[in-house]
Amino acid sequence: MIGALGTLIRRELMLAFGLGGGARGSAGFVMPIIFFLAVATIYPFAVGPDAQLLGRTGGGVIWVAALLASILPIDRLVQADVDQGMIDQYVVRGLSEELIALAKTIGHWLSFGPPLMLAAIISAGLLGQSAEQLIIVEIGLACATPALAALGVMIAALTAGLRHGAALGGLLLLPLAVPLLIFGAGSLTPGSQNGLLLLAAASLLLTVICPIAAGAAIRAGRE
Amino acid sequence: MAQDAAISKGFESSAALECVGLACLRGGRILFRGVSLKLGAGEACHVTGPNGLGKSSLIRVIAGLLPAYAGAVTSSGRMALADEKVALDAGQPLARALGHWARLDGSADADISEALAAVDLAHLADVPVRFLSTGQRKRALLARISLSRAGIWLLDEPANGLDTASIARLGDLMARHRAGGGIVLAASHQPLPLDDAQTLPLADFVPAPVLDDPA
Repeated sequence: MIGALGTLIRRELMLAFGLGGGARGSAGFVMPIIFFLAVATIYPFAVGPDAQLLGRTGGGVIWVAALLASILPIDRLVQADVDQGMIDQYVVRGLSEELIALAKTIGHWLSFGPPLMLAAIISAGLLGQSAEQLIIVEIGLACATPALAALGVMIAALTAGLRHGAALGGLLLLPLAVPLLIFGAGSLTPGSQNGLLLLAAASLLLTVICPIAAGAAIRAGRE
Repeated sequence: MAQDAAISKGFESSAALECVGLACLRGGRILFRGVSLKLGAGEACHVTGPNGLGKSSLIRVIAGLLPAYAGAVTSSGRMALADEKVALDAGQPLARALGHWARLDGSADADISEALAAVDLAHLADVPVRFLSTGQRKRALLARISLSRAGIWLLDEPANGLDTASIARLGDLMARHRAGGGIVLAASHQPLPLDDAQTLPLADFVPAPVLDDPA
């Protein structure tokens, strides 16, 4: 079972990082990161180069950008595998839908979380964040990105086969990710470091529940 | 022959498949009921019937992908399913796309080239799957099946899109699989190169048509 999990994750990574050219467009992990950086870049244009204002609000912008960036990959996570018959083949081999969802979550996180955390360093610079703030943002993203990845896979599984699944996916993800946003951005307020603990708790809950829900959704989608 | 050994090794020769009184309900309609069949090592069954009778649904029920409305499937040995979906990553080179399944099924890299050679695709091993023609995809799918080391092959319209030479190769693959103790259950509206196989005319198991068509 562990060996199968490794093989599934390996494939997810090959597709996400475009090794050998993936069916989901080569190097699919790049788009969310570029989007994330683009949001951080345009924010100073909108509010002006006031360093104090940027320093105070920039952390929140990084969190909003991270949330929005996590929507982009949703439509390629499950639908393609259903269409191609990959999921059927896994199930015939006795792999449970939950294991498939877990592999997708881990693979998605590896191609989304660490690159996003690297890009957050650039964003923090663009948004005038201090070193202390950057550290809190990075810890927060390390806690929250597994949950964002798990939510993405769950919503991808729920919306697979729907005609406007991609647009619906964004609408479904945002409200579910609100606790992450509140605790993540809230932890940046001086003297409220407990926000990180609540963030970790919320993230853990989502990361555990989502693959189970995603597995059930994949199974239900097969009729 | 080395190829024989490579393709038939890996599964216990005690493959068996038995279905008792299978029925399938799709979209509020009974597609078929009372389907029973029993296959032992080396045996094969050809499910026949025109399009839309439920041959594919029968295969999916046996594969465990659809719930049986009634009846039960018991099997010993793993199953390999070939339906209209190739399940190979379109952007990956053929050998690497097959490698994903080979790793899951515990086959070695050498098996991949042998399986490709058996369906005359060895020269396309480095070509991305999306550039393959319909017939080549179908043969790639057969390579995936022969790599699977599964005792029970469930083939849904395996001869679709294959030319005469490829159909002969399909016959070869199935014969070798059975010689190694494997089971073949194939559904097709067209004749298949299966020697002394049972025939299951699915039309015999379709309930009498209801006069007022719900459509």
